[in-house]
Amino acid sequence: MTATRTMTLNMGPQHPSTHGVLRLVLELDGEVVVKCVPHIGYLHTGIEKGLESKRFQQGIPLTDRMDYLAPLSNNLALVLAIEKALGITVPERAQTIRILLTELTRIKSHLVWLGTHAMDMGAMSVFIYCFRERETILDLYEAVSGQRMMSSYFRVGGVAVDLPPGFEDKVQAFLTAFPARLAEYEALLTANPLWRQRTVGIGTISREDAIALGVSGPALRACGVLYDVRKAHPYSGYERYQFEVPLGKAGDVYDRYVVRMAEMRQSHRIAIQALERLAPGPINVADPKLIPPPKHLLKRSMEALIHHFKLYAEGFSVPAGEVYQAIEAPKGELGTYLVSDGGNRPYRVHFRAPSFVNLQALPAMVKGRLVADVVAVIGSLDIVLGEIDR
Amino acid sequence: MGEPETRIENRGEAQAESLVLQRLREQFREAMLEVRVWRNETTVVLAPHDLVRVCRFLRDDPDLAFDFLSDVTGVDRLSLPEASPRFEVVYHLYSLQYRRRLRLKVRVNEGQAVPTVTGVWETANWHEREVYDLFGVPFDGHPDLRRILMPDDWEGHPLRKDYPVEASPKWWEEEPV
Repeated sequence: MTATRTMTLNMGPQHPSTHGVLRLVLELDGEVVVKCVPHIGYLHTGIEKGLESKRFQQGIPLTDRMDYLAPLSNNLALVLAIEKALGITVPERAQTIRILLTELTRIKSHLVWLGTHAMDMGAMSVFIYCFRERETILDLYEAVSGQRMMSSYFRVGGVAVDLPPGFEDKVQAFLTAFPARLAEYEALLTANPLWRQRTVGIGTISREDAIALGVSGPALRACGVLYDVRKAHPYSGYERYQFEVPLGKAGDVYDRYVVRMAEMRQSHRIAIQALERLAPGPINVADPKLIPPPKHLLKRSMEALIHHFKLYAEGFSVPAGEVYQAIEAPKGELGTYLVSDGGNRPYRVHFRAPSFVNLQALPAMVKGRLVADVVAVIGSLDIVLGEIDR
Repeated sequence: MGEPETRIENRGEAQAESLVLQRLREQFREAMLEVRVWRNETTVVLAPHDLVRVCRFLRDDPDLAFDFLSDVTGVDRLSLPEASPRFEVVYHLYSLQYRRRLRLKVRVNEGQAVPTVTGVWETANWHEREVYDLFGVPFDGHPDLRRILMPDDWEGHPLRKDYPVEASPKWWEEEPV
């Protein structure tokens, strides 16, 4: 009997389809993948370690850099965990702003996924269109926070500043134009025989395996498992919004595509409701121990001056204890595990990054498939290495 | 900030969680070293040698069905008032069916191994590698215990409290000028 000769191929860390710096060591028999071993860590920046030396409010910009396609979702995961440990709820307007912006973030993140995923498989034009829409959302980001990407807009206790004048109209204009644009993209891909050949029945994972591997987000829902943190454990008032959780059936690349496309429609729906709910009101909790007093009070009120000084000199402290707060980020369940020792800095922060866990399922999805399918499957998982390596 | 709890996510939760504790107490009274409920979250501390059988029970019991392991991570307790045993490995369990979370913990000292739960939930594989990499806690019976985020030849475990935030080991020899 002759021994089978397999070839080892290094895919990445500089391969365009690996969406960052992911390295896969593929063992190939001809063009068929026998074994796939992901190597990660190239983007490890010690965000969790860094957070331990920053005060609670100061840590927010670091989280932007995890899933850099959805910075506000990361902000939200951290501030909600701190707020849970503090035992506070932010005012209605702040909650609505948070929902509006994180749903726009979901659309923005899914647009990058769609564009790059399609480009990986040779459909160039989709990429250009998707980035056009994404740019509009980045403009909205810039309008609220001054930053296109690393916006760090949410704060413990609310948001950084109120929405700028005319913001609602800009969002409205985007929301009006978006459904037709989305329909255009779908027209390019959904029924396209080339697209279907590359995606239907590829990278399939069963419901049981997906659960055992801890897969979450659209990749889990594409297997028909109903788990969306927004529905299961509503935060920021999601229980007051009407929306559906799109489900797939086959758990293949195509179903993940269908689920995410439908999710953009639902996010659009939520954003419209949030815009309607957006009523004037405070954007921060009325607690001077958490939120700096208005500037004009500093020269007149001794109390305000003291609070201002204390906040900027040492921040606030969080009662000793531990919490786990999960949110439904565009990639899946983004969980923050926060341990406080009662001081003004977190004792330990850990992020359950959805991409980290979802990537672990990749070897199971590509085993026995062609190299070209590996590209399709990575795209369909929608991973961001910044979040995987943290 | 002694405000009362304001975020009650699910009215039935408080009652349902006590069901988890009830079932656990029936089966593993002697294995539960500590139980804590804070901010509507339940934490159960177990002895390392009881971990796997308790996890298997939690996953397989039809009334509990913790089929989804959300997360595994570690805490170095070096700078906490109670610093021994030094390391804590924290498991966040989730039941997709009952929408319930539970936190399990085991505590070990330097060099002491924690039994792997990869046999119960496959997803624990990478999480445990991360804890091993960043805290230096070994996992007994793990199928592939290698560093995951740091380079293979890295010295030290960055998330330990005695590992400096800014200094890093030298990677290269500087040439004399």
